[in-house]
Amino acid sequence: MDPAGFITDPMVYPFMQRGLAASVLVGVVCAVMGTFVVLKGLAFIGDAVSHATFPGLVIAYLVGAPLYFGGAIAAVGTALAIGFVSRRGRLRFDTSVGVLFAGTFAFGVLLFSTIRNYVQDLLGYLLGNVLGISLGDLVQLSILSVIVLAIVLLIRKELLYATFDPLGAAASGLPVAGLEYLLLALLGVTIVVSIQAVGIIMVVAMLVTPAATAQLLVVRFGKMMALAVVIAALSAVVGLYLSFYLNLASGASIVLIETLMFGVAFLLSPRSGLLGRRSRERASRAAQPPAA
Amino acid sequence: MNQGTIPSAVSADALAPVTRTGGADGASVVVEAVSAGYDHRPALTDVSLSVRPGSLLAVIGPNGAGKSTLLKLIAGIIKPWSGRLTVLGGRPGSSVGRIAYLPQAEAVDWEFPVTVGEVVMMGRYGRIGFGRQPGPHDHHVVGDALDKVGMHEAIERQIGALSGGQRRRVFLARAIAAEPELYLLDEPVTGVDATTQEDLMDILEGEARAGRTVIATTHDLICAAQRFHEAAFLNGRLVAQGPANLVLDQRLLAETYGGHVLVLPGDGGRVVLDDAHHHDEAPAGERHYHDEAR
Repeated sequence: MDPAGFITDPMVYPFMQRGLAASVLVGVVCAVMGTFVVLKGLAFIGDAVSHATFPGLVIAYLVGAPLYFGGAIAAVGTALAIGFVSRRGRLRFDTSVGVLFAGTFAFGVLLFSTIRNYVQDLLGYLLGNVLGISLGDLVQLSILSVIVLAIVLLIRKELLYATFDPLGAAASGLPVAGLEYLLLALLGVTIVVSIQAVGIIMVVAMLVTPAATAQLLVVRFGKMMALAVVIAALSAVVGLYLSFYLNLASGASIVLIETLMFGVAFLLSPRSGLLGRRSRERASRAAQPPAA
Repeated sequence: MNQGTIPSAVSADALAPVTRTGGADGASVVVEAVSAGYDHRPALTDVSLSVRPGSLLAVIGPNGAGKSTLLKLIAGIIKPWSGRLTVLGGRPGSSVGRIAYLPQAEAVDWEFPVTVGEVVMMGRYGRIGFGRQPGPHDHHVVGDALDKVGMHEAIERQIGALSGGQRRRVFLARAIAAEPELYLLDEPVTGVDATTQEDLMDILEGEARAGRTVIATTHDLICAAQRFHEAAFLNGRLVAQGPANLVLDQRLLAETYGGHVLVLPGDGGRVVLDDAHHHDEAPAGERHYHDEAR
């Protein structure tokens, strides 16, 4: 097979065109939000929010509302509730999140079990099926993604300050609590637009893995975000082609490519990797004792 | 214990002028009968003090005495349970871009992917405003601040690559770049060598001389006595506020630190602070607890 054909052949199918657009878009939004998730240690919250969308989806299905709508309310609501609990609660934070997370998901499964017919739509949300995305869904996804990206771009320096040093940011007059709630709401929206592509269970990988990979390789916030975006977009394309040619699950393929890239970065990283350790030792032997 | 147990030689003359807060016209910070804490555990009870513009005030006291809490109250980061604070003529938190806060070194994630230049630029964010990016003037101010602390060469380095003293210098540069009227510094000279401590104190002295107010917590009593103008003694409540040389007063220290301080006779007095030991031996009332991660 000629290489050009290898790339272009799948694109004659509209479902592949839509799938590629959706997975690249989801990858990019997840990578941008994931940079904050990684730096603020919100991975567990991301997982909790994505699981909490399930009851929202099932309820929307039962009452005949748009699934997206139900998922969005559940996701943003849960994200904000977690933010509230984290500011007020007396329990350890991850404990509260764990309770909320398991409870909401169980509620979703319970509701799901009351539905008599096998519901392909809802199962698709659990494991993701980006190749089954409709044009209407793609348009919704695009609009929400652009909104999330625009907001983050507009207030990126405030989000950076509040993430890095919430106390200093608050003292300088930034509305840190408001920024935190906004970030959680954006995270909720990001998760909702992502679950159709990779599914509730694997969204957290899309959020965390590209950003974590980037953090191993660069030491500037802006570069970390940009590199995470590149990694995510590349993984989406490679993963989708892999799933097309080898007939594999699309979401899992994308996530595994991201995981593979993380593994390579971990081994090669100048900061934490095996090669890096060797060069660091060399550097510290050569360096003079640091001043002050 | 109450204010009445302070040695009379100290309390009557030295403390009266500065602890009177009622009509403190022109004060940068006025704290009136403030109590505050976390969850339901009090950290500060009924604290009143007043700080004039141009003051260099050391806040001293054992771990858990409420020093950081006092700074956070003044910064508007936490709200008091009761009492009133007036900061730069307004409510705490209402003076955008006029206050610079330096967190304790332990409160910072040093693996965070930011460079020295980016950290110092954060000091400008309050002035730049939402949705706008730093301009040439901001870069100029950042460069000057880094020059002042002697860290301009490190502008492109990641903060985790710096030594403890260099990290404090960079964060002080961030505070300077904010061009604040009020500095709130949580242990600015903890864990730094003598040269860095002298450099940082010289800078703070200059800022105070220029009419800016500096409030800093410290565990270094010698530094507090020699380099600051005033000292406030905290131990869950305000034990005393007065001239910095009060720090050498043995009875006042004993009251603040619960007996874990020795003042050795000699030129100027030598203070030995035994803060990290004797947890188990100390009577329950004097047992100090460490600042928890906040």
